[in-house]
Amino acid sequence: MNELLGVFGSGPTATFLIELLIIIVKIAVIIAITMLHVAYATYFERKVIGHMQVRLGPMRVGPHGLLQPIADGVKLFFKEDIIPAQADRPVFQIAPFVAIFATLSSLAVIPFFDLFYLANINIGLLYLLAMSGLAAYSLIMSGWGSNSKYSFLGGLRSTAQVISYEIALAFSLVSVMIMAGSMNLIEIVMAQQEYWYGMYLVPQIVAYIVFLIAMLAETNRTPFDLPEAESELVAGYFTEYSGMRFALFFLGEYVGMIVMSSIAVVCFWGGWTLPPIVVKLIPPLAAVPGIIWFILKVYIHIFFFYWIRATVPRYRYDKLMALGWKILIPVALANVIATALVKFIF
Amino acid sequence: MAATKDLKTKTLSINMGPQHPATHGVLRLVLELDGETVVKCKPYVGYLHRGTEKLGENRTYPMALPLSDRLDYVSSMANNIGFCVAVEKLLGIEVPERAKYIRTIMAELTRIANHIVWIATHALDIGAMTVFLYSMRDREWILELFEMACGARLTVTYPRIGGVRADVDQEFLDHCYKFTEAFPKLVEQYETLIDQNRIWLQRTKGIGVLSAEEAINWGLTGPTLRGSGVPYDVRKFAPYDAYDKVQFEVPVGKAGDVYDRYRCRMEEFRQSNSIIRQCLEKLPGGLVLSPDAPGYELAAGPRKKPAPPAPPPKAEGAPAPDAAQAAAPPPPPPEPPAPAFEEVYVATEVPKGELGFYFISDGTGKPYRMRIRSPSYVHASVLPRMCEGSLVADVIANIGSIDIVLGECDR
Amino acid sequence: MEPMEIAEQIKGKFPSEVKEIVEFQGQVSVLIKKDKLLEIMNFLHKTPELYFDFLVDLCGVDYLGKKETRFEVVYHLLSIKYNKAIRIKAEVSEDDCVIDSVVGIWLGANWHERECYDMFGIKFNGHPDLRRILMPEDWEGYPLRKDYPLKSDLGDKEWKGFKEVIAIGKKNLAYEVR
Repeated sequence: MNELLGVFGSGPTATFLIELLIIIVKIAVIIAITMLHVAYATYFERKVIGHMQVRLGPMRVGPHGLLQPIADGVKLFFKEDIIPAQADRPVFQIAPFVAIFATLSSLAVIPFFDLFYLANINIGLLYLLAMSGLAAYSLIMSGWGSNSKYSFLGGLRSTAQVISYEIALAFSLVSVMIMAGSMNLIEIVMAQQEYWYGMYLVPQIVAYIVFLIAMLAETNRTPFDLPEAESELVAGYFTEYSGMRFALFFLGEYVGMIVMSSIAVVCFWGGWTLPPIVVKLIPPLAAVPGIIWFILKVYIHIFFFYWIRATVPRYRYDKLMALGWKILIPVALANVIATALVKFIF
Repeated sequence: MAATKDLKTKTLSINMGPQHPATHGVLRLVLELDGETVVKCKPYVGYLHRGTEKLGENRTYPMALPLSDRLDYVSSMANNIGFCVAVEKLLGIEVPERAKYIRTIMAELTRIANHIVWIATHALDIGAMTVFLYSMRDREWILELFEMACGARLTVTYPRIGGVRADVDQEFLDHCYKFTEAFPKLVEQYETLIDQNRIWLQRTKGIGVLSAEEAINWGLTGPTLRGSGVPYDVRKFAPYDAYDKVQFEVPVGKAGDVYDRYRCRMEEFRQSNSIIRQCLEKLPGGLVLSPDAPGYELAAGPRKKPAPPAPPPKAEGAPAPDAAQAAAPPPPPPEPPAPAFEEVYVATEVPKGELGFYFISDGTGKPYRMRIRSPSYVHASVLPRMCEGSLVADVIANIGSIDIVLGECDR
Repeated sequence: MEPMEIAEQIKGKFPSEVKEIVEFQGQVSVLIKKDKLLEIMNFLHKTPELYFDFLVDLCGVDYLGKKETRFEVVYHLLSIKYNKAIRIKAEVSEDDCVIDSVVGIWLGANWHERECYDMFGIKFNGHPDLRRILMPEDWEGYPLRKDYPLKSDLGDKEWKGFKEVIAIGKKNLAYEVR
């Protein structure tokens, strides 16, 4: 690669520029592909929920409704941008950007497969937890900035919910870190290859279940979607947003779903690798590029999100907080202690 | 750190305005919240007031019948039946047997259709979206049946004073029978989605509790009252139509919370299904509209026109009477003076509760006063009692469980 | 106890208040003066043999010109325990348009009495919150009275744009109105 780009000459500045160029190209690729996936994740959701509800979902725009996300995007682009009169303008305008910034920057450390990742830092998991903490800012900023009681209530509820469940999320990931011995995501994936079933899913089943539930709460999805419960607060913290700003919140939510699913896949399902037993039994499967397995596993998790949404009613707010604090955190803590003990003894 | 009682707090006042996804119509609730708890709840109704009672005073009884359709527009057959039963008692009209059975079938189909809308919206508000679609699919079946019988799906005006508008044909009866065979399994489908679901139970058990004495004192009726343990059902206390000829039970709850009212209505699905089946099996033949049924130009004076007396026999030798004179009937005898004011109050069990019509008639063909006692009006008044002290999310569950439709509440 | 006997019992206990007992189609109405309304209602509610615990309906009627007292407030009572119903009618004259409120006995009377006030203008003594319910708060007039028109030509008070909208509609008519 460096010989090809030798046209820039050699020397430290040139190397730096080449590295910079490569990183920019990678960023563009990641963002473009993720945005495409997000757009079609909305289509996938409407189809899946539709079929679960004995109806078809979008069918008219394009064959079988395949162009629906493009139509939605164009519509949102052309909508009028309404800002409430007494709104706190800087806060109101920045909030959607914070949301999408926090979730998109989480994509930087996720290893999609062994040859492609943007950054390989030693504190990968810590960085991901920090970014999801940053996403909570957008909730409170939009709730406050809209200057409307509904949005305010929704923002407060949502923030409280998100920060409570972050703790459970972090504890479930701590046990993964203990087992892998590192916070580097690639090392975590490689560490899972030690077992013949190739995943931390089996020894860490408790942590996985806690992670799944906390994942639903972090992304404000049913059954924890009280902040945006349509029938109660119209749309919660993003009631007052319209047009492109609303689109940014929406995208942020779906990118968050993809990021959370990717974390689950990387930490518990073995990332892009196949379990060694499977590779031994069916050798041709090893020839399939790792990215296919990664995408497949991420989509299984996203399907799980949609399945739960179509089936289960919504938690009431105090029961939701009780679940987070009184059940999930003690269970995750107990799991950490048990993992540490087992690791120490054996 | 300052003690909590030194902090001055203010309650947040929220307006769940007339347009809101959860308030089943144009109901306005002003809630005062302290955190998540509702401190005060004030309902404002009257956004759908159309002056039905005053309109009824200016129309004859058959002309006022379509006004009753639009009260509770989700269950319009039941409103019509309520109106017709009241007017029939007032005018002393006897309804033929076949019409009674057909009206009972229609009333119970309406009960099922109404409870389908109730479960669909109640579950949707609490978050289970899928129940809405499954149940609306079955409501289509019932609306098809209505269309077969009278041509209209929603505001039917099919039961008339003195019977029903027209007879039902064999196709309707077959389709209805197929519906009763398939329906119990469909009810099980809705129940598997929510009945044992932990989240549903958490959101409905212990919410909006009303004791039996309180419920009676507030004037509640229907499943809202029966959830609290009072077995009051107009179909059993004062039977009308064919209800004294069919066997059915009235489901009664125990705890008086949202969950018990939900179970009452789910059981009523099955009871209505069984009533329809029995009526279909026992359906007699005969007329469907009484010969005394009033026409639009209801005449003033006594309700039955006396038959004109027979013409006098032709006397021998008298000149042949003029053709026009022979054809014209002799003048009717002078009518006795109409009574001053007569009044009846008749209640029927519509799906939402007890719908009562109070008619005062003054001898002209129009009601002097038509008073509609609607269950939704009374149920909406009990919302403050149920909501104060609970959380915002429970307000939604409470509104769903009292099953109001604003058309009936505001008339 | 049959409704007729209950009516006779009321007449026996309050002979000066009861003006008339009528039976029609099996339903009994008792016409009373409004002065001792609360006593009569308490008698009906609290006597164990009668136990009228359910107030089914409370409404007003306007007899403009047909009877000497203009208004009547009609109470329909039901005893769930004994399955007996009775109708009590209390006369309210036009110049003294006030009557006692039964909210202390049956809480359900609250909104019924507000509607009676809204539609007829009859005031209720002791009602906690007597204000208009179905009509807007600042409405003038009492719609269900017999001298209130069904349709009215509001003249100047009509919504300003109404006549303009009708004129535009007539101008843009695209088809023949047959």
